[in-house]
Amino acid sequence: MSDIPGSLGREELAARIARDIPPRSYVNLGIGAPTLVANYIEPERDVILHTENGMLGMGPQAVGDEIDGELVNAGKIPVTERPGASYFHQADSFGMMRGGHLDFCVLGAYQVSVQGDLANWSTGAPDAIPAVGGAMDLAIGAKNVFVMMDLFAKEGASKLVAECSYPLTGVRCISRVYTDVAVFAVGPEGASVLDVFGLTVEQLRERTGLELADRTAAGSGAPA
Amino acid sequence: MIDKIVPTVAAALDGLHDGATVMIGGFGPAGQPVQLIEGLLTAGVGELTVVSNNAGNGDAGLAALIGAGRVRRIVCSFPRQADSWHFDEKYRAGAIELELVPQGTLAERIRAGAFGIGGFFTPTGYGTQLAEGKETRVIDGRGMVLEQPLRADFALVSAQRADPWGNLVYRKTARNFGPMMAAAAATTIVQVRETVALGELDPEAVVTPGIFVDRVVRIDKEETR
Repeated sequence: MSDIPGSLGREELAARIARDIPPRSYVNLGIGAPTLVANYIEPERDVILHTENGMLGMGPQAVGDEIDGELVNAGKIPVTERPGASYFHQADSFGMMRGGHLDFCVLGAYQVSVQGDLANWSTGAPDAIPAVGGAMDLAIGAKNVFVMMDLFAKEGASKLVAECSYPLTGVRCISRVYTDVAVFAVGPEGASVLDVFGLTVEQLRERTGLELADRTAAGSGAPA
Repeated sequence: MIDKIVPTVAAALDGLHDGATVMIGGFGPAGQPVQLIEGLLTAGVGELTVVSNNAGNGDAGLAALIGAGRVRRIVCSFPRQADSWHFDEKYRAGAIELELVPQGTLAERIRAGAFGIGGFFTPTGYGTQLAEGKETRVIDGRGMVLEQPLRADFALVSAQRADPWGNLVYRKTARNFGPMMAAAAATTIVQVRETVALGELDPEAVVTPGIFVDRVVRIDKEETR
């Protein structure tokens, strides 16, 4: 999170992403901050949550007597089941992703390129123990794959980049990037700004060093 | 009459030898056949190649097997976790070899091995480090990576309930890799919480048909929560 006035906190950003997920969607939320999005999807919207370890119809995190070590999410945190839930094995679960049956996936990222490349599984540090899990499957595994992240790393570098320097998780797989200071569309035509929180489009261009089309409501182009 | 139910873990693990390739079910602790793994430790076998989604949690089960130096090589999607200290130590010491596989590709390679498929093209991992050295092809405009089937000498699986023919029912997200692994090994060994008489499982609800199962052992004392 940034200290830029007007920027969104984690919870506000989660609510902003939830607003863009239509009713009756099948959705996978990645480990970490993306799981917060679930808190802002009202049950009457009938959005069905998928967890990669083999369940559709996942409910909120389990508390007290609900906790069951055999009912967990991708982060191995105990969760609950909603009426209508189903269980299935890993090959079916990842087949749902790979086969394009999920409508939306929201993931965290180290870097996203303006073309929509994603880096979120490894920083490439030589002494790190590698682990990929479902990251590469998720990256290519939904009709729309969104990223939720802070735009700037702790030392100030933009995480939206011309080319990823970290090892790739997926190529040309991301369509939108939701950050604390702006929402971007990314893809073959490059990056454009859809919404801003606390910075102007011109300030975003300066701080990221990227060519950014202005598709905000106030900008020259029509909003997405 | 066929009866695959054996009385003890030791009997269930009969013939499991040094150097074997062993698939071990589970997504973290959920669905991990802990008592069978402990049986392996007791039996003293080593130099194993293990195929499993994770590389052990805490000090029990697969973590203990790795900690005891019994695993030479692991094929795995997510070894590094907050509580994978036994694996971390062996890996940093160069005492265990790791083949890292994306999780969905791991599941599908096991399914391919189980069902006679000689390999498959998948978009997962295309253009990444994990596709380096692998054959690629563009199919219907999408980049794909050729992945190989996985088989094993033994599979160790945990399920909720079995009948004497080895028909299995699982419980919640503990199912995870069980159905594929059960079908992909020459000998499949299953630990269950409950055994029932033939005919007591609803045939419509059987998840793993008994043809894929060789031995079943009931574990009496195990926490489900």
